[in-house]
Amino acid sequence: MRKRRALAPWFVLIAFLALPPFIWPHSWLLAYLAQSATMIVFALSYNLLLGETGLLSFGHAAYAGLGALIAAHVFNTGGVPLALLPLVGGIGGALCGVLFGLIATRRSGTAFAMITLGLGELVVAAAWTLPGWFGGEAGVAIDRASGPRLAAAMPGSLAGWSFGPAREAYALIALWCVVAAVAMFALSRTPFMRVANAVRDNPVRAAAIGCYPARVRYGVVVLSAFFAGLAGTLGLIDIELVSTESVGMMRSGAVLIATVIGGTSAFFGPVIGALALTFVNVIVASVTRAWLFYLGLFFVVVVMVAPDGLAGFGMRHAARIAEYGWRRCRTAYLWSAAGMLLWLAAVVLAVQWAYAAQFGADEGAALGAIFGTRGGDAAAGSVPGLSAARLALLLCVLAVCAALATRRAIRAHADLAGHTRAVQRPGDAQ
Amino acid sequence: MQSFVINLLNGLSYGLLLFMLSAGLTLIFSMLGVLNFAHASFYMLGAYVGFSVAARAGFWSALVIAPLAVGLLGAALERWLLRCVRRHGHLPELLLTFGAAYLLGELVKLGWGLSPLSAPIPAVLDGPLFSLYGATFARYRAFMMAVSLAMLAALVAVLRVSKTGLIVRAALTHPQAVEALGHDVPRVFTGVFAAGTALAALAGVIGAPLFVIEPAMAESLGSIVFVVVVIGGLGSLSGALLASLLVGCVQTLAVASDVSLGDVASIAGAVLPPEWGALTLAQLAPLLPYLLLVAVLALRPRGLAGRRDDHA
Repeated sequence: MRKRRALAPWFVLIAFLALPPFIWPHSWLLAYLAQSATMIVFALSYNLLLGETGLLSFGHAAYAGLGALIAAHVFNTGGVPLALLPLVGGIGGALCGVLFGLIATRRSGTAFAMITLGLGELVVAAAWTLPGWFGGEAGVAIDRASGPRLAAAMPGSLAGWSFGPAREAYALIALWCVVAAVAMFALSRTPFMRVANAVRDNPVRAAAIGCYPARVRYGVVVLSAFFAGLAGTLGLIDIELVSTESVGMMRSGAVLIATVIGGTSAFFGPVIGALALTFVNVIVASVTRAWLFYLGLFFVVVVMVAPDGLAGFGMRHAARIAEYGWRRCRTAYLWSAAGMLLWLAAVVLAVQWAYAAQFGADEGAALGAIFGTRGGDAAAGSVPGLSAARLALLLCVLAVCAALATRRAIRAHADLAGHTRAVQRPGDAQ
Repeated sequence: MQSFVINLLNGLSYGLLLFMLSAGLTLIFSMLGVLNFAHASFYMLGAYVGFSVAARAGFWSALVIAPLAVGLLGAALERWLLRCVRRHGHLPELLLTFGAAYLLGELVKLGWGLSPLSAPIPAVLDGPLFSLYGATFARYRAFMMAVSLAMLAALVAVLRVSKTGLIVRAALTHPQAVEALGHDVPRVFTGVFAAGTALAALAGVIGAPLFVIEPAMAESLGSIVFVVVVIGGLGSLSGALLASLLVGCVQTLAVASDVSLGDVASIAGAVLPPEWGALTLAQLAPLLPYLLLVAVLALRPRGLAGRRDDHA
């Protein structure tokens, strides 16, 4: 029973990656899934640093970008089949980790974070200025179908795959994603990672029992850089291009946000975070330009309410429901859900209104779409048939309702906690 | 050689601007133990608010109003957000300021749009102050140096002489003892955070006429400021001053120089491939602060004036 429960997330992950392409074979779905798979590996590799060793890095994209860059150059010179390219990228990333870790792991804590930020910016600045590195503005492109094939090693029908079509490339990416996730899971169970956990929790004690915290951190940085390079190469296979954006601060910030949102304490936390981030990045960003605002707001809310991320939050409340029984918890959670939805509605309305007022045309359409009308009055940022005063009134009503629901939820949670004499933080609906 | 003095002065003025930012950052770090990742965003916000105020009420009122407004916002951030996550340790605090940087960046885009703005230099400060061997030194840069130095003097005076400074310094090292003596340490924290962000905003108002005001300005300067505090040694005010001047001068001199990488290599006796040799130091200037960081950390992991890090 326990074994089955431990395996369940793996089945969900594999089903998520494998089933949709058979059910809805659209190209945008493949692109979305490929991005998700890349982000999953990237976030898991980041969690080796943040979750397992307690190292906050602001320059993780440097390993991924440089690994992908090395892989692209190796692939273009020929000799390496595409199916094995992620391994090349991983080794390239690990080499960068060997180099950068030497400088960064001399310090820990905040200083480590700032040094990685500096190193990340160094790579970005170098990518822009040094010739021949990133191919300037255009980046370095590869042609997936051009590499030598793995004819001998593959069974029957796979031998003919050129990886030219997006479907075949996606199958490769998904396969590598699962392999890398399994490898990282196995890694997180090794004695070395246990020592890394000890270094995270109490470096002084860890040093006293005879391990060198700096060396352990260095090892973790190299391992994490390996998987980051692998993730970067998966992205390279997906879009057939590595550019300066792939080492940039935006990408480093994205992986940090994904990992923290998902939760660093559980192995599958970063996977959840990666899926959430890719959703915002692809789906929400195609609807509104306010997606960065929503992402930042969501990140701040998660850090405030659940520092252990969505995974930790979910596990906490699942344990709570299991303990008290669903019947007793029902009121509290229904009020929480109501409050959450009302706040969401109020925030989305306010933000879309503000964006429509500032950016006009396209955002006006997004605001109008909320009310089911086509093409809002762009310049004024208002919706046809709904004046600014009415919109403001609607916002106020929504906010008041949300505040009331939140109060009820907090009270219900307090009752629940008081009733069973268990001291627990109310999972209110912020 | 003639323009070297002028370039050095320009570098010093840029370094002092960097110091205004890194001083606030260092102050907040040594007090709260958290590196305010949103510091550069407050600098940007200061520039934008200063721009708007200056357009209505003139440059001099902007110099006062913008830091006050941004400082209040900083105090609010500390009071209602940072204080709530403090019990979870420093990591969530740093992450919170990281998220706040995203939000502030979007708010600025929302409030002022995406297009770059250029703040005018006030008429009194426009024009050259003096010229030396044909190269001129702008009056505005002299003003910038004067404000930075005045700020430095005021900071030292407040921290060293006044009673408030005494409490702040004591709360730095012995927060429990200060609390036991009846001082409200959390309020001191809020005050320090507000002062730090106000300094950043002041730097924004002063720096705005020299640079373009745009939503990307926080990222472009922010990473340099973080590099400066690490080079100087985290938590050391004198180290921050030293590192700011160093980075400011190195970067400005590199931009102004017309030496190419090939020339530098030929002095060392090495020969570079032609496309590398053609690169000028001016093109490499954005790289220099980070290379300096690597060099300093390789030689002295705790930074120029940092204390020994016991956790390393």
